[in-house]
Amino acid sequence: MSDDMDMSEIHDIFYEESYEGLDVMESGLLGLGIGQPDLEIVNNIFRAAHSIKGGAATFGFLPISKFTHGVETLLDQIRAQERSVSEDVIEVLLESVDSIRCMLDMFKAGNTPDEASSIELKQRIDTILALPSGVAMISASDGEVSELAETKQWTIQFFPSVDILKTGNEPLRIFNELRALGELKIVSDISKLPDIRNMEADSCYTHWILILDTDAERKRIEEVFDWVSDQADIIIECKESGIANSQAQAAPVAAALGLPSSEAESGVTAGVSSSNGKKTSSTKESGSIRVSIDKIDALLNLVGELVITQSMLARHADGAVAGNEAQGLKDGLLVLERHTRELQESAMQIRMLPIGASFSRFKRLVRDLSQKTGKKVELKLSGENTELDKTVLEKMSDPLVHLVRNSLDHGIEKPEDRLAAGKPETGTLHLSAYHEGGNIVIQVDDDGAGLNRQRILAKAIEKGIVSPSEQLSDDQINNLIFQAGFSTAEAVSDLSGRGVGMDVVRRNINDLGGRIEVSSREGVGSRFKIRLPLTLAILDGQLVKLGSDVYIFSLLSIVETVLVSPGEVRKVVGNGNVYRLRDDYIPVVRLRDAFKLRCNDSIKTYLERDGELLVVVESDGQRIGLFVDELLDQQQVVIKSLEENYKPVAGLAGATILGDGNVAMIIDVPSLIKTLDIAAITSKIEDFAA
Amino acid sequence: MSHADIMAGSNAEADSKQYLTFYLNGEEYGVEILRVQGIQGWDTVTPIPHSPEYILGVMNLRGAIVPIIDLRKRFNMPDMDIGKTTVIIVVKTHNDDESRTIGMVTDAVSEVYSIDENALQPLPDFGGSVSSEFVKGLSTIEDKMLILLDIDRLLDIRDKLAPNSQSSAA
Repeated sequence: MSDDMDMSEIHDIFYEESYEGLDVMESGLLGLGIGQPDLEIVNNIFRAAHSIKGGAATFGFLPISKFTHGVETLLDQIRAQERSVSEDVIEVLLESVDSIRCMLDMFKAGNTPDEASSIELKQRIDTILALPSGVAMISASDGEVSELAETKQWTIQFFPSVDILKTGNEPLRIFNELRALGELKIVSDISKLPDIRNMEADSCYTHWILILDTDAERKRIEEVFDWVSDQADIIIECKESGIANSQAQAAPVAAALGLPSSEAESGVTAGVSSSNGKKTSSTKESGSIRVSIDKIDALLNLVGELVITQSMLARHADGAVAGNEAQGLKDGLLVLERHTRELQESAMQIRMLPIGASFSRFKRLVRDLSQKTGKKVELKLSGENTELDKTVLEKMSDPLVHLVRNSLDHGIEKPEDRLAAGKPETGTLHLSAYHEGGNIVIQVDDDGAGLNRQRILAKAIEKGIVSPSEQLSDDQINNLIFQAGFSTAEAVSDLSGRGVGMDVVRRNINDLGGRIEVSSREGVGSRFKIRLPLTLAILDGQLVKLGSDVYIFSLLSIVETVLVSPGEVRKVVGNGNVYRLRDDYIPVVRLRDAFKLRCNDSIKTYLERDGELLVVVESDGQRIGLFVDELLDQQQVVIKSLEENYKPVAGLAGATILGDGNVAMIIDVPSLIKTLDIAAITSKIEDFAA
Repeated sequence: MSHADIMAGSNAEADSKQYLTFYLNGEEYGVEILRVQGIQGWDTVTPIPHSPEYILGVMNLRGAIVPIIDLRKRFNMPDMDIGKTTVIIVVKTHNDDESRTIGMVTDAVSEVYSIDENALQPLPDFGGSVSSEFVKGLSTIEDKMLILLDIDRLLDIRDKLAPNSQSSAA
């Protein structure tokens, strides 16, 4: 607690942990059954609430600790099975989570929350607490002595480590908290106090023996010491019961406290300190990441092996090994190659997070929305363990919320309509994530009414997005929902219908190098399928040749590749060329022309063949064909920025270095299509098709 | 000029700086040696679409993608085929607080000279084929004329925003 700087860092840790605690509470509450709840879940929720309260009290966020205290009391009663869980209780607790989160937000922004905002909720909690609950009523933490609970005398020996004050813990606070539990007598032992000349002002040399008369259980007492359990020896003994406790409980409380807080569940905290407020670097912008210890171990192992391989190679280089040096070197290089690849994969893995955390947020959303709309919806989740790059995951959160809201608002019908249509009353919304061909696919399915194509078309004509004379395929009509300013909801509701949703969704996904597809059957449901690259730094590329240069397409942007014989490309009025790909006419361009390449060499190579290679790419629902000289391998490439030493180039996403050390350009299909001014070419095609 | 002094953190007493000189179309040019990152033989250069003619393309320089400028084209000199002595001098340029690494194709490297910056002569209005915006000044060493270049202007990034705004609108 030396200066403000340290304090603000500790506060950041508190915020981070509290937000996590709230997430734990929220998901726990959503999974809590009515009536007889799962005690394990209740305990989790309680512990999270308790850490938030404790932290808030320690760091002086009094409104939070006061408010959370009531929540904790209620949870404690549920935990002790003194109160049954009703829909009402869950609702109040969920709202409390929101309220605490809101208070945290305000503190974090440097404001002090207005107590009035939470007062109504606090009263509701108090009302519930005041209700007799069938079982005996105890308000344990308030120290109101209940008739049923037996008052015992506890002796607590508290031996803090010398450094305890430096970590921001204040024994006096602990004693005050104990005092809240009952009658407390404190005996200080100052025998260890050094000579005044050797004394350090911020060290703690005192030991205490605390005698506490209380009806509270051992657990409650232990919880008071939660924050200091790893910096002090704590022995808690019960005088009255006195029997044999000393042996079992003499073990430091730490052991008994192996349970606390959410950290235990998620494995390890990397970059985030444990609850005692050690100094860590957690700047808001840099963003930290929780990494499971398995991943770090795997990485360390690999680095170890790499070191071994390196020394092995060095030995060969020194000529220390007699005999067949070349063979040894080759072997060593093979091992090195394998390890390097594994190391790269392993390092990439660190950025990968399971999508589950993102998915479980939708439980709450679906619950709230279905209550608001009076629809019955069941949310199914699958593939929660599918891992995605942290950046991708964060950027996908908003688009997914849009899609889920849309499905609930437009897709799934009201219960009476569903029954009338011969469907089960409860609609199903299925969120799933899985791997498919080197991509991650996130899918949102609903069994609702499906897209109403007549209405979409009517709306599009009304808004002037399409002209009345146009003949559109079902797919094309479906894709109209991604147009800017498009919305079919009759009334603009709280949920959706402002027409800002779907075009933003598609743009966000495109920005990530992904694609979204929609398919729908009227009366049966809709499916939104999002394909995303595994990571942003590495791209699955299709290498193509133009003259003597290699260019790279993202595999995700390629729809197909076709061999086109010379007669199949038609010239349309002006200078646009089109090709008939099954039922559609798509504009085609020579990639060399698109890039205005100055090379004249080898242009005959494709003329000598039976046809030309056309790569059909898609972006924003717009397909175009690009002629290339040759198709080469598919391989993963690392994206490097052109801006670092040059400037951004239209039509290029960056460059990469190929195995032979040469540079190859990576094509950015969306921006390439923009530079080609496809709109002009497309209008010509429509004339042609009509 | 004083700006460049600060950048290079040069010796204030003598105000003399070391310059690496090279040949281009029969004349000798110099760049501040502290800006030079390395000298590189000719290697494969990958062309960049939509780039001005004087930018030959980019090259892989120890994992970094570095644009290569053909100085002859930049200075509107007659082209010359790549020969035995052709080298790429890799330099660091500073532009609006951003530094970039670029490569310059030159006919051949020459010497390293210490040059007193206070004794530089301005470029006469009619002199040379190099437009004055790239020239810091002229210096005389052993009766030879040296043209000292201001490399920060070689890579024109003024139109930087144009393609960028297009792609961000995508």
